[in-house]
Amino acid sequence: MKQLLILSGKGGTGKTTIASAFIELARAKAFADCDVDAPNLHLVAKLTAEPQRKDFYGLPKAEIDAEICIHCNRCRDNCRFDAIHKNEDYHVDIFACEGCGLCAALCPVKAISMKPAVAGELILNDKDTVFSSACLKMGSGNSGLLVSSVKKQMKDAAENADFAIIDGSPGIGCPVIASLSGVDIVLIVAEPSLSGFSDMERILHTAAYFQMPAAVCINKYDVNPGNTEKIVDYCQENSLPFVGKIPFDNEAVRAVNSGRTIVEGSGHASQAVREVFKNTLEILIGLGDEDDE
Amino acid sequence: MKIAVLSGKGGTGKTLVSVNLAAAAKDSMYVDCDVEEPNGHLFFKPEEVKSRQVAVEIPLVDGDKCTGCRVCVDFCNYNALAWIGGELKIFDEICHSCGGCIVLCPEKALKGKEKVVGQVQRGKSEGVTVFTGMLNPGVASGVPIIKELLKETGGKEQIFIDCPPGSACIVMETVAAADYCILVAEPTLFGVHNLSMVWELVKHMGKPCGVVLNKCLEEENPAEKFCAEKGIEIIGSIPFDSELGLLNSNALIAVRENAKYEKLFRDLLLRVTREVRP
Amino acid sequence: MKIAIPVDEKSMESTVCQSFGRTPYYLFYDTEGGTSEFRDNSASASQGGAGIRAAQLIVDEKTDALLTPRCGENAAQVLRGAGVKIYKTINNSVRDNIEAFKEGKLNELKKIHPGFHNHRG
Repeated sequence: MKQLLILSGKGGTGKTTIASAFIELARAKAFADCDVDAPNLHLVAKLTAEPQRKDFYGLPKAEIDAEICIHCNRCRDNCRFDAIHKNEDYHVDIFACEGCGLCAALCPVKAISMKPAVAGELILNDKDTVFSSACLKMGSGNSGLLVSSVKKQMKDAAENADFAIIDGSPGIGCPVIASLSGVDIVLIVAEPSLSGFSDMERILHTAAYFQMPAAVCINKYDVNPGNTEKIVDYCQENSLPFVGKIPFDNEAVRAVNSGRTIVEGSGHASQAVREVFKNTLEILIGLGDEDDE
Repeated sequence: MKIAVLSGKGGTGKTLVSVNLAAAAKDSMYVDCDVEEPNGHLFFKPEEVKSRQVAVEIPLVDGDKCTGCRVCVDFCNYNALAWIGGELKIFDEICHSCGGCIVLCPEKALKGKEKVVGQVQRGKSEGVTVFTGMLNPGVASGVPIIKELLKETGGKEQIFIDCPPGSACIVMETVAAADYCILVAEPTLFGVHNLSMVWELVKHMGKPCGVVLNKCLEEENPAEKFCAEKGIEIIGSIPFDSELGLLNSNALIAVRENAKYEKLFRDLLLRVTREVRP
Repeated sequence: MKIAIPVDEKSMESTVCQSFGRTPYYLFYDTEGGTSEFRDNSASASQGGAGIRAAQLIVDEKTDALLTPRCGENAAQVLRGAGVKIYKTINNSVRDNIEAFKEGKLNELKKIHPGFHNHRG
């Protein structure tokens, strides 16, 4: 299964809008939403049935039994995450707790136990196509494993699919790093603002750090042609494939707000997205089987 | 007063709002907690910048004292330690810096060493003190940098905190420090979905909040509808404006470029101040 | 020689598991005696660092060689540190790979993945 991951660094550049368009154009049999923190792909995915949902367990959280606790303070003294508080009794802030287990190991009276904690929910639609996603419970950490679970869920449910499209998350941290694992190519959706340029550089460095081939496209390019040029030049200087640019189009907003993808209408953006898709596929095919997996 | 600006969805205008509010307030502080992709500094171009590295503590083993008892290997919930070929191997990048192995080693063979994860920068732009946090690429979590940043904030009456997107623990960490939260919403289905997630978080943390509608078009605004349904106060509205978009894309501070925008953000600032101190 | 293979089921007819770190079971096979033993992989439920933990398991079993489709950098460090050779499997069949190993037809696994903070997907 060849996997295309869509990232951006900066939020709001159009990952999900473009991912949904690609899924439509590719008639993809398998796709996933790895933005587990703020998933959106399901809003334009045209799903026909209720999905299967499964609790996702993250790292366990510490729990203090107030009846046994002798207020020795060893747990609070040693907690690096400021997760243990004392009012009348000692209790654990489950949002701050990172499940290391040190407090439980240190407690002289065994008043602390590590309890399994639901960190989110895995969601799977597998009626006609396979759509794997998840939702991280608010305030959770360790989103990386949930992201990996979303991808594994997709691969397990769509064994025969030869191509999968993955909508990623903004940033460069844990969930992005986890989404990079095992993909064949990353498409970076950049926007022509200085913030967008700076963020694009950081996500490209992150992809390079993990030795992941990347290509770049620009969305809303006509908002600032000067910055668009800057990005195109940057790609050339760094030997990065530039796969096209998409104009700003209010049609896109209207389409999304009515649950459609932008390639379902006409308009300049629709045509441009088709070009970007074609160019990206060419690169993906060109990468071929040089990866010996 | 500490105002956190967040949105759930990326790209709605957190930085636009927090940077311009700080500039409109003139004598204020701007804190960029979006440590994975910090942008405020591109607008402020701060001067007299002082930088400090942020490090976490990871274990270092003294081979002479280590007896291979494997207490640390069995304890580590993150699997950052392995016993191979008669010695302890520590995986720096996996370690979550809980310090547990160091504390539990019966031979005291482990001690802490620093691993740099990012930096905190402090500078000035006219009357605004600008704090920026930056995470090094390849590092999983920005929480230690946010903690350092928030330790520094103080000394000014008006503090604006630019938050990361999403609603995970990194956002909670940032919101915990605030007196009031501005939720920036864009008029799309995606925007509303994420707005509701972040509103739940802010509610859960018991923080008062208000919504600023950004990029407003003429048609019906799903975010406005959402606020009406949930009874959330709308404290401001910024129309979709290609001139503002262009200024923003060139990292120019709208308030400092054009009197029209200065008025817009000064009005918003007054409204926010009234909400915090009625 | 003692070899280890990640497997989807506890059976010699099982398919080879594509994930080394999060495979449900390991098959430990003695090429001299022809004996086989299946063990649960305690690393499969780990939040992170599963490859490291799985590698530790393999090392603790005094394995001589691991047959696997892929392996991450951190796990490879553990295995190589203990002198365990890593070979690339040729297909999904456990039996085929054991035969190929015995005939010296398997190649060493050259392409090791960089670590993704052990959130392999």
